[in-house]
Formats: sequence, C-alpha cells, structure tokens
Amino acid sequence: AEADIISTVEFNYSGDLLATGDKGGRVVIFQREQENKSRPLSRGEYNVYSTFQSHEPEFDYLKSLEIEEKINKIRWLPQQNAAHFLLSTNDKTIKLWKISERDKRAEGYNLKDEDGRLRDPFRITALRVPILKPMDLMVEASPRRIFANAHTYHINSISVNSDHETYLSADDLRINLWHLEITDRSFNIVDIKPANMEELTEVITAAEFHPHHCNVFVYSSSKGTIRLCDMRSSALCDRHSKFFEEPEDPSSRSFFSEIISSISDVKFSHSGRYMMTRDYLSVKVWDLNMENRPVETYQVHEYLRSKLCSLYENDCIFDKFECCWNGSDSAIMTGSYNNFFRMFDRNTRRDITLEASRESSKPRAILKPRKVCTGGKRKKDEISVDSLDFNKKILHTAWHPMENIIAVAATNNLYIFQDKIN
Amino acid sequence: MLRGRRRMECTLDAQSLISISLRKIHSSRTQRGGIKLHKNLLVSYVLRNARQLYLSERYAELYRRQQHYPDGAPLLAMPACPPPPAASAAAPPELAALPLPPDTQDREARSCSAVRGGAELLEVPVCAAPPELQRAPCRDSSPAFYRASSAGPGPGSPPGLLYAAGCDFGAPHCSSRTTVLDLDTHVVTTVENGYLHQDCCSQCPCCCQPAPGLASPPPAPGTKRKYYPGQEEEEGVEEGEPGGGGVAGGPPFAPCTKRARFEEYSAEHPQDSSNISNLISIFGSGFTGLVSRQQADSEQPLNGQLCSKQALASLGAWTRAIVAF
Repeated sequence: AEADIISTVEFNYSGDLLATGDKGGRVVIFQREQENKSRPLSRGEYNVYSTFQSHEPEFDYLKSLEIEEKINKIRWLPQQNAAHFLLSTNDKTIKLWKISERDKRAEGYNLKDEDGRLRDPFRITALRVPILKPMDLMVEASPRRIFANAHTYHINSISVNSDHETYLSADDLRINLWHLEITDRSFNIVDIKPANMEELTEVITAAEFHPHHCNVFVYSSSKGTIRLCDMRSSALCDRHSKFFEEPEDPSSRSFFSEIISSISDVKFSHSGRYMMTRDYLSVKVWDLNMENRPVETYQVHEYLRSKLCSLYENDCIFDKFECCWNGSDSAIMTGSYNNFFRMFDRNTRRDITLEASRESSKPRAILKPRKVCTGGKRKKDEISVDSLDFNKKILHTAWHPMENIIAVAATNNLYIFQDKIN
Repeated sequence: MLRGRRRMECTLDAQSLISISLRKIHSSRTQRGGIKLHKNLLVSYVLRNARQLYLSERYAELYRRQQHYPDGAPLLAMPACPPPPAASAAAPPELAALPLPPDTQDREARSCSAVRGGAELLEVPVCAAPPELQRAPCRDSSPAFYRASSAGPGPGSPPGLLYAAGCDFGAPHCSSRTTVLDLDTHVVTTVENGYLHQDCCSQCPCCCQPAPGLASPPPAPGTKRKYYPGQEEEEGVEEGEPGGGGVAGGPPFAPCTKRARFEEYSAEHPQDSSNISNLISIFGSGFTGLVSRQQADSEQPLNGQLCSKQALASLGAWTRAIVAF
C-alpha cells in the first residue's frame, strides 16, 4: 500500500532505537534487543517498540490545498530522562512526541474499582494505600508540542541544535528557529524568497545544524550550492559566512544539468569538520575550510548520465536520495535504484554495491556485492542498466551512531543489516 | 514507468521535452499536497533549455528559407509573430547581415545531445552585453549561456531574428507587460503595470486600454481572451496570511509588437507543434529570475530584437501560475 512507503529513517543517539516514518503519517519505532543469555543470537535484533499516528491529512481551506500526512523527517532529541523524545514533521507542521514506558500499574484505589468504575462513597468503609504492581510493558506516545503555521512552503528538513534547546525547520524558501518549549512563535533566520516570485532561481533543499557549534548551520540549494551561516553575525542569516560551490563542468552541460546538480541532502560528519552532499549522480565530501570544491567526490550511478531523458520522463530524476556517515566518519552510504545501496570507504577508496531484497537477505546471510554492467559484454551476475528496476529505489538509509549496523528503507520494507557477529 | 527490459534511449527532441515538461507542470497542480515549488522550478529549467534549443532550430530553418527565397519567403509557423506583410521584405537584409553560427546549420540537432550545440550557440559572448546584467536582484549567476540570449544584435542572438521576420518595426509600445497563462482555465491574460488589457498587438501598437485591478477587459474583436478574477493569485502569502490577491505588474521589458494569436493551450494535443509554438510565445514573458532581469531594461532600438529578448527570456508567466497558492 502506498501509505506504507517509508519516507524517513533515523537512529537515536545511542542507536538503541530506530524510528521510521511513512507516507501514511505513521511512526514506527524499533528497539534493539538487549543481550540475553538464553537467546545469544538475538542481540542486535530490532523489534517493534512503538507505533503511533503522528500526522493526519489536513486541508487548508484558505488555499484549497490538501496537506499530506507523509512524514518528511524524524529527528531524535538527546535523552535526558527515562522517556524518549523525537520531532516528526510533515509538509507544514512539526510535532514533538514523548515516548515513555509504563510497566507498573497502581492498584487499590479508594474511589474507583479495578476496572475504573467509581465506587459508591457510602460503601467505602476503610481506606487503603494504592500499591504499584508490575504489568505488561506498555509504550505510550503522546504529542507534547505542536509547532504549526510557520511555513508557507513545504518543510524539507528539521535539525536539533547542539544546545538541546532549539531546533531549525526549513522549507523551500525559509528557515525558522524554534525553541522546543515554545510553540506559538519562531524566528525566521533565512529568507530567500525574492520580492518578485518571477525572479526565483533556487530553493532551499536541506538544512542542518553543526553538531558542536550551536551558532552554525548550513543549508543546501537546488543550484548545487551550500551556504554556511553563523547566527552570531546577524539575526537574519541571508548573508552566508561561507559559500560552497564547485564550478560546473561546461562540457557536461545538458538539458538536465540544473536538475542533477540540485542537492537532495546535506549531512555534517560526526566530527564536525566535514559535510557531505548528495546530488542526483554523486556524493561529495566537503571540508568546511575549503569552499571552492569538495575534497572527495564519489559517483553513485554514473551510468545513469546517458539516461537522463528517460529518467526525466518517468520522474525518477526528481528522486531525492539521502546519505549518511558511519559513526567514525570513515565510510558513507547512500541509496540507488533496483534496491541497490552503495557504501564508500573514505580511507581505502573502495566502494561496494549491495542489494536490499528478500531473495538476497535471508537472515544471517552475507550480502553479496552487486555490480551494474555499464557497457560491453555483461558478465555473469552483473546487471545491465536496462534491467534496473527504477520503481525500487532506496532513498533513505541510516547508520548506527557507533556500530556497524545499517537500516535501509526499500519502498515499504525496512532492512537492517549488521556486521557479522563472530 | 520503466519496466523490465525496455531500453532507455535518449531520443527526445526539444519539442517533446517542452510538451512533457508542460504536462508535468499541469499535472502537478492536481497532485496531493499542493504544488511542489522545487520540482516545478527544476522543470522550468528544462523547459527553458529546451525552448532555447527549439527556438534556435526554428531560426536556423528560417535562415535557410530566407537564403533560398531572398525575395520573401513563404512563412513558417513562427513561434511568436505572424508576419506583417511589410516585414518580410525588411527581414532578409537583417538576416543576411547576421553571420550564422555553424551550429544552427545542423538540422540533425534533434537529440538531447544537441542541446550542447544549442547551448554553445547561445554561449557566444556578445559584445553588447550590458553591465547592468549583473545588477539583477536575483542571485542568478548564470553564465553566458543565458546572457548571450539577452543581448542585442550580434552573433550571439540569431534567435532574435527569428522574430525580426515577423515583427513590426519601430512601433512604440507599452512596457511592463507580462503574459500569464492560467493553468486552471487555460486562458491567457496580459498584465501591464498591474493593469489588465487586451491583446495590444492585435490593435494599435500603442494600445493600452488598461482596466485597473482585476476587472475583466472588454473583449476585443478577434481575440480569445478572458480573465477570471481570483484565478490568478500572486504568491505573496506570508506566514498565516491568506492568499494574496491581485496581479503584480511584470518586469519591464518591451515585448514584440505583433504577437501570435493566443490560442488556448490544449493539453490534449501536446504534439501539435503550432500549439507549442504559440505556447512558447505566450511564455515569452519573463521568468526573469532565470535570466538576468536587465535584459529587458537594456536600451535597444525598437525592432525585432525586442521580441527576441522577450522570447528568449524564460518562463516567468507561469511561475506565477505555479505559485498561485
């Protein structure tokens, strides 16, 4: 069903929880099994922990617009007590959810029965103290804050600040800064809407706070540029502190140059020294100290460059792939078509293509590397470009913050892979 | 959707790309969740690229015909201006004066890769590129790919003479005209300085019977134009505000004095080349953010080059339609 298509995947800070959002507005949270002597192999398995409906379809009567309930992004807050908090957003509204466990129940109330019915006060002859009894674990999700009505355009990103008090939300033309406690106002920190909309040349495609410097954030544009902004320099960060752009290669110009240079995702490294951007055909790693070109470029599926016409016709050229770092920033991962996803080792420069599918993913089976045949004679086990299934796209992937465990969303299926357990 | 073993070949020509792009924009209006600004912006880039190639090809065709019939050619279905009887005689000398870039002679330029030819055509730096091109408020850093198309006479603007053949010369004209296609009703409106008025070109070039605000203009004979107030809405909505009404005046540039009859855009005939030609002329008004705004302001004698600038300006009209929410 279309509502089951996964639209975002995110590990929490410890990696014990994995949240997914789907097109139907639901959030499903998986929790990693703890070590268990009686089931030694179950360590590392993720099982469903909580499911709730985060967003519902809405209708904007003023503009006669339906607002999709699809969850665009989920971001966890750092854990501060027993409960877990996450932000989830659709096109227009961000919600802060509290996920808490309840494993005890009070029994022995004076004024009501065990099933909740009120007791007749005249029947009460003695007082008793309620006691807590264990019960089956229940995980509850409740919306604690709703941040609404701040975005005219479609929200594409949210990012929690390292101060753990504020976060940003970005739509096509504006970025707003929120305080997690305050829902009735937000500060607009970036506004690229031109006075005359006919002069529009680019939109914001992604934004993220720096992992350590709470005053720094970046946002990427549809023109393939990234701007780094410092909130200390001015209240409205329309003027960037740094501007990252790689000059276009004029020999590769085509009808679709603008489309394939549009950045679909930007992610800081855990160290905060680098950032990574994803455009349609490649992933680029940038050093924050060097603005004129990336330090590393990885081709994800260069064989698609000659197919851009067809990909434009079937709308695949507009697919927005995400990318992610591993915990040590030594490897990066991103998705492709035919349920393939790619990993690049930054140190060895080796790359690998893997497939997330039922046939190749028996439990405990080792994934076999895949290869796309780009021309000439097709070797055994290679797949030709023309037989790639472009309906099977991996747009969302996530990497555990500390271990080699990855989550890969393939349409409406979630695959979790991990390193071989010795 | 691609299936199985279907071969992916890139054989679209500019015309198909234009019709595909327009269909995408049209269908995006009915998609759930409202108009996706990002996607439509990208589609408009493709549209502009394709149109520039298409126009340059048309120009090449015209030039070849003029070479063949120096005393007045049977006219092509020109993308913008139906030729006035007097103009055709005036056209050849203009065209003859133009050195033809070698790219346009290649009639085989029909595939995607040919856009490079088209792009190179337009990348020829033109002497008269005014420095004001830099002044545009938009942050457009487009290279000569676009600037050349906006410059005046010179080797870089042969597509401009596409219209020289068809356009009236020397007529003073109202400025700040923007032509808008309403993608809901498929009706074309011309807006000038915030006023609506009829098709200027089908009557006196000095035109202007402006009707203030959103009032419907009186129908002119022979024109099929209607305006439905409320259909066109400028995206001036700030957070929480209701959709802004009213139509802002377009950027100032002097359009072609003679325009093709504006037919209603028919989504049922995307392959009809004359419809696409007319559509291109309709969209001749500026998506000026993609091209420097100054192309419209630069001083040019009122002749066919004005049409060229306008025609080669990108697709601003329906940006408004796109963001009309």
